[in-house]
Amino acid sequence: MRRSDSLIAQLTARLTSPEVAELVERIPKPVGSFGYDPWGYHADSLGAAISVFKWLYDHYFRVQAIGLEHVPKTGRVLLIANHSGQLPLDGVLIGIALATNPHGPRAPRAMVERFLPTVPWVGNLLNRWGAVLGDPQNCIKMLERDEPVIVFPEGVRGSGKPFAERYRLKRFGSGFVHMAMRTGAPIVPVGVVGCEETMPSFGNLKPVARLLGLPYLPMMVPVPLPARVSLHFGEPIVFADDAKSEREIDERAALVKRSVRDLIDRGLSERTSIF
Amino acid sequence: MPAQDATKPTILVTGACGALARLVIARLHSQANLVAVDFRRKPDFPAFTAAQIPAYKVDFNRRWSEDLFRRHPISGVIHLGRLTPTRSSKNRRYHANILGTQKLYGLCAKYEVSRIVVMSTYYVYGASPYNPALLSERAPLKAAELTHELVNSVELENLTQIFLWRRPELGITILRPCNIIGPGVRNTISRLLSQRYAPCLAGFSPMMQFIHVDDMADAIVTAYHQQHRGIFNVAPDDFIGFHDALRACGATPVPLPSIPPMLPQLLSHLLENRGFPRHLVNYFKYPVIIDGKLFRQTFGFRESRPIAEAFAYYRALPR
Repeated sequence: MRRSDSLIAQLTARLTSPEVAELVERIPKPVGSFGYDPWGYHADSLGAAISVFKWLYDHYFRVQAIGLEHVPKTGRVLLIANHSGQLPLDGVLIGIALATNPHGPRAPRAMVERFLPTVPWVGNLLNRWGAVLGDPQNCIKMLERDEPVIVFPEGVRGSGKPFAERYRLKRFGSGFVHMAMRTGAPIVPVGVVGCEETMPSFGNLKPVARLLGLPYLPMMVPVPLPARVSLHFGEPIVFADDAKSEREIDERAALVKRSVRDLIDRGLSERTSIF
Repeated sequence: MPAQDATKPTILVTGACGALARLVIARLHSQANLVAVDFRRKPDFPAFTAAQIPAYKVDFNRRWSEDLFRRHPISGVIHLGRLTPTRSSKNRRYHANILGTQKLYGLCAKYEVSRIVVMSTYYVYGASPYNPALLSERAPLKAAELTHELVNSVELENLTQIFLWRRPELGITILRPCNIIGPGVRNTISRLLSQRYAPCLAGFSPMMQFIHVDDMADAIVTAYHQQHRGIFNVAPDDFIGFHDALRACGATPVPLPSIPPMLPQLLSHLLENRGFPRHLVNYFKYPVIIDGKLFRQTFGFRESRPIAEAFAYYRALPR
């Protein structure tokens, strides 16, 4: 390794296990001559992230991923999930499930909140792992490049809700239906159970959050709790690009929401213990 | 006045003292009669071309600039000349870049010029945390609201677009290139890449695109020869983080505090001469990634020099 290589590059090389390096090698990904794509994804960084989070995935959150065969091995796909747990842990865990999918690993792209690119180090790091600014144009361009994109239609309404409202789905935006119809991407609904209990929130310090430019600032435990997490992937839903009105599109969004609801209920009924 | 071949078209090249213009002139001088002008000083050329290329120091706001069109049968213009914020006052810049260009287009209309290629910049899109990647030519030009110094670039674009749509007979093509780097280039990014220690912002390494100056010269000549009016991004389908680019060029990134946002703005006052001007601070923080697909498809253009080749030039520089 050259002396001039960055600290991140050195850390990345140290963290990536040979098995994960081999796995990342198998994931098809169009990148440029320096290993980057237009959104800042970097294959080596994804390897390091998988190595670290796979341990948490297996041993801390003891994730069970059911229905991974529904995720297409190649081609565009939108993964629509419920959002919870204050931090975007659900996105990370769905990402690890996709990257280590025995039916065909995929490099996931998650749409992140709009304030994250303004946070030093965090924005760049998330970009290197494949997350991008939650912007419809980004999503459409990535789907056109046949990438798997994770979207949480509830946004901060879902992730920032208090513990008392756990597993109550908030309003689903309909933007994802527009994007699926426009690009012809199938929608795979995902029900996440367990993330609500990883970081229970008992209040929101709104004035401080506003001061810091954050969407919310929860009163919560300082580190995520080791709750068991299950991810249920449903059968793909395909919408033709033939909607006659916004109402019809809202109905399609409601249909996906019901699918996610069913998958959550399934996960809750199968759950034997929270921790 | 040097003798010109009456069978060849005559092309006026502005900003002819710059490295890019010189490469464009070198590519065109066997195919056309060239007239080289610059706002700053009279362009000089090696002896073998100087004999064929008339050169002038020209301010298009002066009446005598029309003599250029009277003296030479100019049929095309490649407008590369621009005063940059680091080298001039606001007034002088406005005078040269906006009013001067307006006069130039007026003369082009009067003397029936049928082809104009104008070089703009990707800066016009503005650097914002909310920019999606791969901005198309239809994206709004947000630079004016973000940085006062870049108002000029947006105004120049707006002015050119008025002529582009209202005077179709001028055959205007606007090119918005990404960062142009390579031998002889003296823009901000090139100065940063050639320094031993380069200021940057801690925690922010935005994605960037670079095009080799030789490729950019090829792009301009290609655009000139093909009659496709419109606006086109010019950028390769290759990307690199800013800090990685600095390291690849042999520069050592020196991270400056990036929060609160006022702090880097204040520090940029001190580092203006180190290639870190205030109006570009956001460009060292947030990505402005443009989509060059339309230009590649319309003009059948493909960059032939990898970014690494341009970076190798900077790495070899004495520091």
